[in-house]
Amino acid sequence: MTHQFSDLSAAFRTTGSSFSDFLGESAPHLLPGRRALPPTAAAGLAPSATTIVAATFPGGVVMGGDRRATMGNYIAQRDIQKVYASDEFSVVGIAGSAGIAIEMIRLFTVELEHFEKIEGTTLSLDGKANRLATMIRGNLGAAMQGLAVVPLFAGIDPEAADPARPGRVFSYDVTGGVYEEFGYDAIGSGSLFAKSALKKVWAPDRDRAATVRSVVESLYDAADDDSATGGPDLVRRLFPVLYSVTIEGAVRVPEDEVIAVAETVIAERSAGPRTD
Amino acid sequence: MTMPFYASVEQIMRDRSELARKGIARGRSVAVLSYADGVVFIAENASTALRKVSEIYDRIGFAAVGRYSEYDNLRTAGIRLADMRGYSYDRRDVSGRQLANSYAHALNSIFTEQQKPYEVEVCVAEVGKEVGADQLYRITYDGSMVDERDFVIMGGQAEAMTLTLREIYRPGLPLAEAVELGVRALASVGGSAGAPRDLPADQLEVAILDRFRPQRAFKRITAAALAELLPGPVAPDVPAGESAPDTPETPETPETTQTTDGAPEVDAPGVIAPPPPPDPHPGQPPAMPRPDGAGGEADDAAAGPAESGPASPGSA
Repeated sequence: MTHQFSDLSAAFRTTGSSFSDFLGESAPHLLPGRRALPPTAAAGLAPSATTIVAATFPGGVVMGGDRRATMGNYIAQRDIQKVYASDEFSVVGIAGSAGIAIEMIRLFTVELEHFEKIEGTTLSLDGKANRLATMIRGNLGAAMQGLAVVPLFAGIDPEAADPARPGRVFSYDVTGGVYEEFGYDAIGSGSLFAKSALKKVWAPDRDRAATVRSVVESLYDAADDDSATGGPDLVRRLFPVLYSVTIEGAVRVPEDEVIAVAETVIAERSAGPRTD
Repeated sequence: MTMPFYASVEQIMRDRSELARKGIARGRSVAVLSYADGVVFIAENASTALRKVSEIYDRIGFAAVGRYSEYDNLRTAGIRLADMRGYSYDRRDVSGRQLANSYAHALNSIFTEQQKPYEVEVCVAEVGKEVGADQLYRITYDGSMVDERDFVIMGGQAEAMTLTLREIYRPGLPLAEAVELGVRALASVGGSAGAPRDLPADQLEVAILDRFRPQRAFKRITAAALAELLPGPVAPDVPAGESAPDTPETPETPETTQTTDGAPEVDAPGVIAPPPPPDPHPGQPPAMPRPDGAGGEADDAAAGPAESGPASPGSA
């Protein structure tokens, strides 16, 4: 077992720039989709994560996720992180079976970095989106037993038709279908509410700060109506995790900013229905 | 060509060594120096597509001289190994020492088991947390491994350059001075009548492992940033007529198709030949230069997935 971590011979035999292809040849047991599963339903055995929202703005894209993971009626975790930077110019968020999803994000992140190191150049944004689709496709067997993983992928495309709007959002289905969304999208059990909230306020020309506010607010609305989505937790000081991607790179939106926005949203909601 | 029926093991090893040594000495050199803020790689390389210096992992860089296809094999294998190790355990569990060991094993078995040894010399550098904690490993064609403290020079007339650099090197230099010393050492041999050569920015490939970058320490220094670091014309005390180098100033097309670095046809070590004519069948598509500072801002985020152990408490 240990030889594969010190012996170069397997690495020599392989060609190509894909890390998951390399794993598939030399250590297939490390791939999420390659494990044999007992033929029983597995839903409810492991925590699942919900509600990711992404929205573009001029110059980039913002993605945010709530912090709750559930197992049936239990709250399995209150501070889970579901949105990650997958490389310098893209972010990925996950809904579904948390263990598999986070393993998949890790693999995806290594995959992008691996390609970049071997080829000396980064994958195109569509190339990244398609690599992620391949991983989802590999998980179809587990998905049919209740361990589905559905990601949301967003990033900036340096070759976008309109350089002022490089932000793009991709959604997936459980069979690995990849669909580019116009402007914004949400996934997970609270996505219906989040998207409904977002569609009323999203506009192509709203700036980053306004988009951050819309994303936080739509997550608030999702948490309001979906028990599996966690709202801002004022007792434990847990707030949504947001990332923004611009030409400067993918950065986590500073926690202070998110807290300020979340507190504003709460204050406005506490004041009663809006009159404007 | 007739093959002798019997050749002693010593003879075979000697022949292979000689082949490898000659191949390495023909190429152009690479200097790797530890400096105040990390490790700097300086390679004499006119090509912007066929790299001699590469990132392997967060804190680990790679430099090589010799035959391009062979050291590129080692480079990609090293990246695969490091990524696999980091993915299976944790990013902190990938070490330069372990990687250098793997290279030494691989080169040793190639040297003893295969007809033709690899004509390469490799340096694995791991940047430490402070000055003096950097690790530089030099691995030669037969798998011998040397652990160097301050700097490594490989390829071409490496011994002469090493002597030159040993006299002027000091630990804890700022980057500009380290680059200057490295370039001075690389330029110290091969000039006409023993004069140093002129190595302009477009003949150099420079990269650093910055010990203060949060995750991925590797960064290339290209074009304008490199020209700023380089001193003016090297060795101003040399009379203008004598310092004229053979090739570096001729506006040749970049060597995008070289298969060995440097000039394979020239036997005299140290003589820098003109770049080979463009190959009509380029084996390697020219790669795009990677964006500078890749991985900079995404660092804390990219570390995220690795730290996500607690995400599955429910399965316990």
